[in-house]
Amino acid sequence: MVFYVTMFFQYMSQYIKTRLQYRSDLIVEFFSDLMSQAINLVFILVVFGHTQLLGGWSRDEIIFIYGFFLVPYAVFSAFFNIWDFNERYIVRGELDRILTRPIHSLFQIILERLELEALLGAVTGLAVMFYAGTRLNLQLDWFDPILFIIFVIGGALVYGGIFVMLACVSFWADAKTSLMPMMYNISNYGRYPVNIYNTVIRFVLTWILPFAFVGVYPAAFFLEKKEWYIYSFLTPVIGIIFFALSVFLWNQGVKKYRGAGN
Amino acid sequence: MDKYLEMIRIRFLMMLAYRTNYYTGILIYGINIGAYYFLWTAIYSGKEEIQGLSITQMTTYVAISWMARAFYFNNLDREMAMEIMEGKVAVELIRPYNYLGMKTMQGLGEGIFRLFFFSLPGLIIVYFVFPIQITLKPSVWGLFAISILLSFFINTQLNLLTGITTFFLYNNTGLIRAKRVVIDLFSGLLLPMSFFPGWAQGIMKFLPFQGISYIPSMIYTEGFTHQQAIQAIGQQFIWVIILLIPIQILWVIAKKQLVIQGG
Repeated sequence: MVFYVTMFFQYMSQYIKTRLQYRSDLIVEFFSDLMSQAINLVFILVVFGHTQLLGGWSRDEIIFIYGFFLVPYAVFSAFFNIWDFNERYIVRGELDRILTRPIHSLFQIILERLELEALLGAVTGLAVMFYAGTRLNLQLDWFDPILFIIFVIGGALVYGGIFVMLACVSFWADAKTSLMPMMYNISNYGRYPVNIYNTVIRFVLTWILPFAFVGVYPAAFFLEKKEWYIYSFLTPVIGIIFFALSVFLWNQGVKKYRGAGN
Repeated sequence: MDKYLEMIRIRFLMMLAYRTNYYTGILIYGINIGAYYFLWTAIYSGKEEIQGLSITQMTTYVAISWMARAFYFNNLDREMAMEIMEGKVAVELIRPYNYLGMKTMQGLGEGIFRLFFFSLPGLIIVYFVFPIQITLKPSVWGLFAISILLSFFINTQLNLLTGITTFFLYNNTGLIRAKRVVIDLFSGLLLPMSFFPGWAQGIMKFLPFQGISYIPSMIYTEGFTHQQAIQAIGQQFIWVIILLIPIQILWVIAKKQLVIQGG
């Protein structure tokens, strides 16, 4: 375990060194991220120019949910940068190299593909939550920060679990898939209150592709929506279940992996 | 002229070879349309109409603007950036054609491919899933066809402009991404311009973005009267002409700069 932690910090410091070499890239990337977040907010603001409530949720509540969503999403993007797992590791045979390393293969890939600058999105998210929270007069209890961290980790694990599982598909089917962008689009559903969708989609977002646990469910706790509390507290449970499942699937896949030939 | 037509054909065939990618593409667009469909249903919740559009019109608007996007959308800016960064553009420049014209034709080949293999089947699927209204008036279809062709040109011109900036910026991936999100919002893809507050609409009138998505979609959903539609198409046409100017100027400067770099 200690070994894993030291490895993590080793890779992290290397990563920071390389990124700081190209500072202008970093700034540009940061601004374009900020821009797409701003556009999502503008969308919400414009929509609420025409309605008071969205499925019973007010403008500031929706903004708060979006702000919350940005935090686990930032954590996920920083650590689970496995969009191109198939091309990069399977097709090019890089996975052979990974498997010779002394740490768990999934962990090794996570370390190699860190994208820590994505964490800046969490700062934006916190700012958005703070703005909306102030307008809603939300009270901060002593346990809120702790639960917040637990929910964020839970949400990030939900995301991570789903995308690791998608990456695992490449172990069995070597065809190029566009499943990842599709999943990204589905994940956008989780940013809005699930009660605006029909029952089928709501069920899918809760139990099958539980993206609702990244945005609306955990955020509902801080918004003091009592009827959703059960789901809020399920966030870490679902996160752990899905992530454990994905690691299990990964291990199975690695066992099955035969290399891409030479 | 022949060589440009040939370029359209080649691109079309190239896309045809990789058509499996498009089946999932249709699904992705379907998912997006679905997300916005539910969102809009919740926004309307009982209201007869907002800004002159009924809920059916709104659903149609969402569906048609995503399907039109499949036609006008292309990655020419990214392709150009790659070619410029890798130095391939030098070879392209000595070939006996206009580089920018050729890029446009490639984009058109791609667009025509997607129109037939993506938008049309996609629209049929969407028709059965969501309550949209497919118009049968030939005049609406005619105006819509002209309008999306002009959308294609405006969007492509903006892509070419972004692509040319690679000559000056070296790394413009951030700019390319930023341009895409700006176009998604200000073109009217995510929501009609008429939903924006008045002052924002005032500013948007002086920008080319709404010619990309808002105008064709409003024509199709008949949110515009016939008179308005013709006026809007005229507006699109003017933008196509205006945008030629900065492209030409930047292109001339860029070529000069390229020569200096090459020594």
